[in-house]
Amino acid sequence: MKAKKVKNFTMNFGPQHPAAHGVLRLILELNGEVIEKADPHIGLLHRGTEKLIEHKTYLQSLPYFDRLDYVSMMCQEHGYSLAVEKLLGIEVPIRAQYLRVLFSELTRLLNHLLAVTTHALDVGALTPFLWGFEEREKLMEFYERVSGARMHAAYIRPGGVAQDIPVGFLEDVYRFLSQFPVRLKEMEELLTENRIWKQRLVDIGVVSWKEAMEWGFSGVMLRGSGHVWDLRKVQSYEVYHHLNFSVVTGTHGDCYDRYLIRMEEMKESLKIIEQILNHLPLGEVKVDDRKLTPPPRGRMKYSMEDLIHHFKLYTEGFSVPGHRESYGIIEAPKGEFGVFLVSDGTNRPYRCRIKAPGFLHLQGLDFMSRAHLIADVVTIIGTQDIVFGEVDR
Amino acid sequence: MGVVQDSILLSHLLKKILNQSVTFSGNEFVLNLKNSDELISTLSCLKYHSEFQFETLMDLYGLDYPSRKKRYEVQYLLGTLLYNQRLRIRLEVGEEEGVPSIVSLYPSANWLERETWDMYGIFFEGHPDLRRILTDYGFEGFPLRKDFPITGFLEVRYDESEKRIVYEPVELMQEYRLFHFLSPWEKK
Repeated sequence: MKAKKVKNFTMNFGPQHPAAHGVLRLILELNGEVIEKADPHIGLLHRGTEKLIEHKTYLQSLPYFDRLDYVSMMCQEHGYSLAVEKLLGIEVPIRAQYLRVLFSELTRLLNHLLAVTTHALDVGALTPFLWGFEEREKLMEFYERVSGARMHAAYIRPGGVAQDIPVGFLEDVYRFLSQFPVRLKEMEELLTENRIWKQRLVDIGVVSWKEAMEWGFSGVMLRGSGHVWDLRKVQSYEVYHHLNFSVVTGTHGDCYDRYLIRMEEMKESLKIIEQILNHLPLGEVKVDDRKLTPPPRGRMKYSMEDLIHHFKLYTEGFSVPGHRESYGIIEAPKGEFGVFLVSDGTNRPYRCRIKAPGFLHLQGLDFMSRAHLIADVVTIIGTQDIVFGEVDR
Repeated sequence: MGVVQDSILLSHLLKKILNQSVTFSGNEFVLNLKNSDELISTLSCLKYHSEFQFETLMDLYGLDYPSRKKRYEVQYLLGTLLYNQRLRIRLEVGEEEGVPSIVSLYPSANWLERETWDMYGIFFEGHPDLRRILTDYGFEGFPLRKDFPITGFLEVRYDESEKRIVYEPVELMQEYRLFHFLSPWEKK
């Protein structure tokens, strides 16, 4: 009998696969059902954001950041605003800082709810998805009340936030806070000890301590491998150093650990939000500089100077003097989100580089999915919390 | 306070061990490399020397300055989780020059170098798999260069008669208008 020659075969996964979280195209090299190599083809959602921003003023560029990672909108506005403020060398009023942190944490809930529940959906559990999205709806209502938009808020702007919160807003956040832990508990009851969930997640996609560093992972992907690294703590920005919360880390670096971290991080976010509700100071929500932020609408009706300021700000925008470089970084829900800006003395950035955490995470898909089954690739994509808006930019 | 003291220490060490002077801006150090031959040796030292341990490459990207003698610039953002520091390395690259690839030192540079190649056409010598990454299959040109028009050259549409996607030269109903709105009498 002649020995059979076994050949690996190649399979195309996506770009229109529901578990591909958008438009991921994977070329999988398989040996039977075991993955030998995974080659992600990205760029199907590339919109040239960085190029477009070079042709827009600093303020006009802001809404592009909502559209990068479209499930953690305000966090990215935050990163961009910090970078612009660093270019200008200004500091925003304390109330604006608290509001920014409040919305960053609401956004973190928004993101983690999506991450965990769609992950569960990919693995086969539908119910958490339905429950989680009801909560997301409430969170997006908060977005709507401050900015008028449910997702693409453009609320956190260079120099502060767009406007103060409406009356009664904080009471409603408090009412949300008082019921949300129960919703989390319900989700945990469905998942945490669920036999199928654990069979699919435990020991899948293990990232070692060293690998997490070498591959440039950040956020939950890094903490899952045991690194105590959270930019909110280690390179604190805004008012995070006044707030009391802990950094949750994993021990095994597998998908199950990262699921647990996301759940715990939501609870930490709740703690932060509660502290903000108790300590939110009164005051301005924008820098008091009419060259950077618009005057109140009422003043524009009778003051010529304010009218001119308003007009100039929304046409010419503000200019950043000289050739300066700044790198603004924040802890976005997915990891470290950075914006690198170069100014050239005009009213638009010379170069804007967006560092998306998902880009580097997706790069690690290859080593994470080796020697796993095809079904595990879906789990790994889910645990990486990939959103193509930011990967492809 | 602790961070500031560490920063001073780090800048001393960089000067002493690498003989490179650094500037501190915002929350990270900036190190200007003169020559791409020094790149690998500098980065290996930064990665493996016990005083630095910059084990993470957080970002890598290109910049384009058409008016400079050396047109491009590549920047590397390194981080150390142990000492909680960031270091940005700037390397100027001429139009006909390549840059040594650092994939063997930092695996995460793989896609980042591919992206820089895709966007700027900066060639990374010794890269294992230097394909385009973000642009379309069969794309030509380097979109983030300053001389690349924002509208691009080709547009895509579905052709009903041919039953497939066709590429055609961009046809604009109206010329792209760039308003800069800068006041002509205010010299910036």
